[in-house]
Amino acid sequence: MNKEFVKFDKVDKSYDGKVLVVKDLQLDIEEGEFVTMLGPSGSGKTTCLMMLAGFETPTHGEIYLDGKAISSIPPHKRGIGMVFQNYALFPHMTVYENLAFPLRVRKIPKDEADKKIDKALSMVSLQGFAERMPGQLSGGQQQRVAVARSLVFDPQLVLMDEPLGALDKNLRESMQYEIKHIHESIGVTVVYVTHDQSEALTMSNRIAVFNDGKVQQLSSPDELYEKPVNSFVAEFIGENNTFAGEISDISGGKCKVKVANTEILANPISVKGKGEKTKISLRPERALINPSDKMDNIHSGKIKEIIYHGDHTRVRINVLGNDQFILKVPNSSANMDIKLGKDIKIGWNSDDARALDPK
Amino acid sequence: MSSETKQILTTDGIPLEVSLKKAERRNKIKAFLLVVPLLFFIIITYVFPIGDMLMRSVDDKMVTEMLPKTFKAMEKWDGKELPEEEVFAAFHSDFIKLVEEKREGKLSTQLNYTKNGFKSIIKKLRRKSKSFEEGNYKEQIMAVHKRWANVEYWQAIKRRAPAYTGQKYLKGIDMFKNENGEIVSVPEDRRIHRVLWLRTLEIAFFVTVFCFLMAYPIAHLLATLPMKYSNLLMICVLLPFWTSLLVRTASWMILLQQQGLVNDFFVGIGLVADDNRPEMMFNKTGSYVAMTQILLPFMVLPLYSVMKTISPSLMRAGKSLGGTPFVAFWKVYFPLTIPGIGAGCLLVFILAIGYYITPALVGGASGTLISNQIAFHMKSTLDWSFASAMGLMLLTGVLAIYWVYNKLVGIDNIKLG
Repeated sequence: MNKEFVKFDKVDKSYDGKVLVVKDLQLDIEEGEFVTMLGPSGSGKTTCLMMLAGFETPTHGEIYLDGKAISSIPPHKRGIGMVFQNYALFPHMTVYENLAFPLRVRKIPKDEADKKIDKALSMVSLQGFAERMPGQLSGGQQQRVAVARSLVFDPQLVLMDEPLGALDKNLRESMQYEIKHIHESIGVTVVYVTHDQSEALTMSNRIAVFNDGKVQQLSSPDELYEKPVNSFVAEFIGENNTFAGEISDISGGKCKVKVANTEILANPISVKGKGEKTKISLRPERALINPSDKMDNIHSGKIKEIIYHGDHTRVRINVLGNDQFILKVPNSSANMDIKLGKDIKIGWNSDDARALDPK
Repeated sequence: MSSETKQILTTDGIPLEVSLKKAERRNKIKAFLLVVPLLFFIIITYVFPIGDMLMRSVDDKMVTEMLPKTFKAMEKWDGKELPEEEVFAAFHSDFIKLVEEKREGKLSTQLNYTKNGFKSIIKKLRRKSKSFEEGNYKEQIMAVHKRWANVEYWQAIKRRAPAYTGQKYLKGIDMFKNENGEIVSVPEDRRIHRVLWLRTLEIAFFVTVFCFLMAYPIAHLLATLPMKYSNLLMICVLLPFWTSLLVRTASWMILLQQQGLVNDFFVGIGLVADDNRPEMMFNKTGSYVAMTQILLPFMVLPLYSVMKTISPSLMRAGKSLGGTPFVAFWKVYFPLTIPGIGAGCLLVFILAIGYYITPALVGGASGTLISNQIAFHMKSTLDWSFASAMGLMLLTGVLAIYWVYNKLVGIDNIKLG
C-alpha cells in the first residue's frame, strides 16, 4: 500500500494575501484509508479539500496524488470523485442520467456503463430509482445517489464535503454506517470533511483535527479521544473537565500541579519544567464517585446540578474551585444517594489527567 | 367510504363546511375589496379599449344604415346582370332621404373606399335627382352617368351590405375582395404591409438573438461576481432602464449619425474614409442597435434571476465528475438556465414586435415596423378601423407566438423573476 497516496507538502493557502487560511500543511494519506478532516468552521478543512479537488490552487507548496504533483491539473482530469455538501445532483437529469454523466464524458460504452450504474445503485440500495428525478427523492435518497455518482466511475480517491450535514439525526447515523461499509467493501481512499466529531469518530481510520489553518493532531479516533496532544483537541473532541494550574514538581513521568491551594497529580504531556502554566484535561467518565484507595487523586466536591439521562446521570460538581466539573454516573442501585448540595468524594488516576498547554 | 355520506359537524352542531365558509367569507370579501380598484382599472383601460378596437375594425354599419331599402331590395338580385327596377327605386328612395339629411357626401366617401369613381357620379346624381319624375327610376338613374349603367358599381354597393366586414384585415395583409367576391392580392407594386410584417418579425427576431448573445454573459457575471462588484454591474445594467426612452434614443442618434461619434471614431482610426462614412442610422442598422440596447435589461433580468438560483457546486460537480468546463457548462449549467432564456426571449420578442418610438426616430424608411404604420393610420389618414385591425392582428400574432412557445418550451418553464 502506498503510504503517501495523497500528500500535502508544505501547503499554504491565502485568499486575500493577508490571512493564511491554511498554514504550512503537511499531511500524508495512505491508500485505502478513510481520513476525516475535522474542525470548527473557518479552520481551513474545506479549503484543503477544495485544493485537493482542484477548485482552489495552493498559494504555496504542492499536493501529490499517487506520486504526481497535481496543482497544474484541472479538476476534470484528476479523476477524483466528490460528494458535495448539498449533494449537487443535476436537477434536470434522472438518477440514471446523473450516474451516467461521468461515464459518458469518459466515453464508456453504454452496456458497460449500464452495468456500472446498476452496481453503484445496488451498492447504495437504490435499485429501481433510476428513472426518478432528484426532486422526487428524499434527502437521504439524494445523498445516496450523490455517493453512488461519486463512485460509479471507479475513482481511486473520493472526497466528501460534509455530506450528511442536511440530514436528520437518525438518518445521519445510518448513513454514517452505510458510507463506512461501502468504504470497507470497495477499499477506495476517502477524505471526509465534517465538523461533527461523533461522525468523525465513528467513520474514520484517522482523523486530522484542524484549527486555525493547521492540523492540530492526526491520529486514530481512539488515540484522539484518549490521548489528545493539546488543549484544543482535548476540548474539541468529546467532553472535557479542565483545571488550570501551575507545575510545582515534575519527576518520574508524573507531575504535581498546583490548583487552588491543592496539588493534583497529573500526566505531563506538553509541559517541561517547574513553574510552567498548564491546563489539566480529564474525561468525565474517568473520574469516579466513591473512589477506591488505589487512585492517586481523591478530592471532595459539592453537587451543584443533577441531570437525568436515563442510562446515566450527569452530575455537576464544584471541586477545587471548578464548578463546571462534570461526572457521568452510571445508572445503578449503588449510586442512589446522589442529592443536590451533598458533598461527595471523587477520584481519578493521575495517568488520565493530562497536563497540556495552557492555551 | 362513509365519510362521503356522513356529515361532519362542529361542536355546535353546524355542518363543518357551512362553518368553514362562514369563517372564510369575511376574509374573502376583504381580499376581493382590495382588488376591486385594480379590476375596474383593468376593465376600463384594457378590456373596453380592446373590445372597442375589435368592434371598430370590423364595423361597417354606416353604409348599411344609409341604404336600408336598397340592400333589402338587393337580397333577391343575383349580382351578375344589372339589377331590376325595384333596386333602383329603393336606392332612389334611400338617396333622397340622405340628400335631405345632407349625408350623401359621407356615402360617396364610403363607397369610394370600395371602388374609385363614386364621388363624381353621386354628386351628379344629387343634382339630377331633383328633376326626377316618379316611376322608372332605372332609366333615369342610368341616364345620369354611364357608370350608373355599369354593373360593377352596383356590385360594389352590394359588397357594402353586411354590417360587419373583414376587409380591413385583408387590407392589412395586402389583399382585397374583388368584384366577383374572390380574395386576391393587390398588385405587387402596391403591397406595403406584407413587407412591414416580415420586417417586423425579422427585426424582432434578430434583436432577440442579439440581446440573448449579449445578456447571457452579463447575467452570468452578475450571478457569480462577489456582491460588491455585482451590485455595481447591476446598476450599470439598470441605469439605462431609469433613463427616459427618448433620451436614450436621441443619444443613439448623436452616436450613430454620419457625422456622429462612432463614425468620427472609425474615420479617426482609419477604418473608413472620411468621404465614405457608413450610414448607421435611418435604416435597419439603427433599429437593431438602438432596440437591442434598450431591450437588453429585459433579457438580463430574467436570466440573472434564474442563474442566481443555480448552485455553483453543480458546475463543480460536473467538472469533478470528469466533464471539461465546456461539457459542464453545456450539459449542466445551460439546461438549467432555459427557463430564464425562455422568459427573456419571450419578453424581448414581444416588446420588440410592437416597438414604436425607437424605430420611428432612428429607423428611417427601411427600419420602421408595423407599429409605425398603425400610428400613421391613427394620426394621419384617420382610418381608425384599419389601425384597429392591424393592432388586433399584432395582438393575435403575439398570442400565437405565446401559444407556440408554450407548446415548445412550456409556460411552466418560464421564470420572469
